Amino acid sequence: MNIFKRNKRKKLGKEISVKESNTSLSTTTSSSNQSSVKLRVFRINAIKDSNDVPHFDEFNVPVKRWTTVLDALLHAKSYQDSSIGIRYSCRMASCGSCGMKINGMPRLACYTKISDLNTNTITCEPLPNFPYIRDLVTDFSKFFEHHRSIMPFIQNKKADIENVNENSEFVQTPEDIDKFLQFSYCIRCGLCYSACPTVATDLKFPGPQALSQAYRYFADSRDTDKSNRLKVIDTNHGIWRCHFAGSCSNVCPKGVDPALGIQLLRSHLLGLSKNEKKVAKLQDRSITTATNYDSEQEGIV
Amino acid sequence: MTSASSAKRIGGNNNNERSNREGLKGWLNPIKYGWERVSYWFQRLTGIFLLVYFIGHVYETSSLVNGPDAWAAMLEMTQTIGGHLFLILVIGASTFHSVNGIRLIFTHSGQGLGKPGRPDYPYDPASINNRQRSGLWIAFVLTAVAMLYGANVLFSGGE
Amino acid sequence: MVQMFFLVEESESQKMTAANIENNSKKKSNKNNRLSRITILRESQIMKIHYITGVGALFVVAVHIMMRLIMPYNMSLEYENVILNYKNIFYSLLLESILVLIAIHGFNGLRIILLELRQNEIWEKGVNILVILGLIGVIAYGTRTIIIANGLSMG
Repeated sequence: MNIFKRNKRKKLGKEISVKESNTSLSTTTSSSNQSSVKLRVFRINAIKDSNDVPHFDEFNVPVKRWTTVLDALLHAKSYQDSSIGIRYSCRMASCGSCGMKINGMPRLACYTKISDLNTNTITCEPLPNFPYIRDLVTDFSKFFEHHRSIMPFIQNKKADIENVNENSEFVQTPEDIDKFLQFSYCIRCGLCYSACPTVATDLKFPGPQALSQAYRYFADSRDTDKSNRLKVIDTNHGIWRCHFAGSCSNVCPKGVDPALGIQLLRSHLLGLSKNEKKVAKLQDRSITTATNYDSEQEGIV
Repeated sequence: MTSASSAKRIGGNNNNERSNREGLKGWLNPIKYGWERVSYWFQRLTGIFLLVYFIGHVYETSSLVNGPDAWAAMLEMTQTIGGHLFLILVIGASTFHSVNGIRLIFTHSGQGLGKPGRPDYPYDPASINNRQRSGLWIAFVLTAVAMLYGANVLFSGGE
Repeated sequence: MVQMFFLVEESESQKMTAANIENNSKKKSNKNNRLSRITILRESQIMKIHYITGVGALFVVAVHIMMRLIMPYNMSLEYENVILNYKNIFYSLLLESILVLIAIHGFNGLRIILLELRQNEIWEKGVNILVILGLIGVIAYGTRTIIIANGLSMG
């Protein structure tokens, strides 16, 4: 039962994944430490043929201890069926392109080792709650639309962005940055959006990614447009449709913890937050002498 | 490559073959994502159950205004073994919904979830911690205790 | 490719900040005008009421249940004893507060669940109307019981 698996991993740290991988391969390992797994890939061509009946195609792919699901898919694509549709880019959990449902859970294919899954059958399906395009590739337009709707940019009327020499440098301490930094690590992979139970039925709900980004900009001391930001999410399909099911944080591969951001933002809306928002001072950049840039000056790291 | 025979037509709530929304199935999967998802599922389930019970209870108690005979007839219908078992479920549902609701009020206010920081491998989220989860486990324990106590009172007549 | 598209869009929207905000607020004010005939509270206000009624209901229901335990359970359900309870003004007020608090909390919860199931204007308006009518209906029916029972004689 998946409820307990996560705690186990937390307890024993990294060692468990190595132990598991050795154990899982021991039954099928050959002398060269290589085995094979069955890869079931969801196939659909929704754009070209709207009457296409979705089905699974199966492939046997060789795997090693370090083989990721993306490696296995690309192997199947290279040597068995070049028509498999996969979206990927960086192969190192940095771009968020290869999100898909792997054995029932939304995961990044490049970040999921086959050995960690403890099974000889890997089922790859497109991310739920995103419309199909083809095979494992899904349509992110609605997702990005929700992201745009929360105004994902700094708004500060006092900052002069035309004249870079005057009043255009914000003073932020490391403590100010820590308040929002983890939420800025979001790679827009869409795993949280897939896992969220509210997104499963509510088309207007922005989703955990957009709401956590709303908090990211709200908590940023450089931003001053608090009231507009809160107005956008304070609707009957906004932040209040989150019920802290925690699935978003459970699947996030970058430790963004969208559930935390959403609850902290909600606490501000309820007027119960202990962290009053501090607005960053604007540094006058017209002062250019070296003596001004010493470590005693406030906010200089 | 072998083609699998497990073809299935995609339905979806929107009558759009491309939709891929999980729909109600997305709600009805309580165990895949951890204890918080279990809490969400039970809170919803007990909430709907209690609302239905509440409406029924307001209706059944209204038989009071029609005199002692109507009241006795209502008691005859509800003070049965089936009625007692149903009431035990109500006791459990209301206990769970209340205790978990208090926990949710705390978490929705950002209490007990930890503070934002700088994530590091293995990227375990701060909000998914045992401090707020313990509220859920306490809710389950209190639910069991309340149901046992309720069963004792109902089946022994309170004597 | 999708990611690059997103980056381009972000820079365009940064240039049109004021226009976007104005358009968004216009769209939202239009939507709000349509719904304002039924919804006069912001969602955050509704949810504050939801939390407060939940906590309030917890206390009053606890007292209501305790009242069943001050004497043997079966005896507490006898007609005379129940009528005695209703004749006590404080208990009647307690029952009325249970009715109001739980009706608001429960029907708002139902509204939340129904709003998540479908999203079109007719459904949302219908849900809001249904919930308000249900709320008023249950409170009215329960209050009728309390008032009439309060005036009844025993036996």
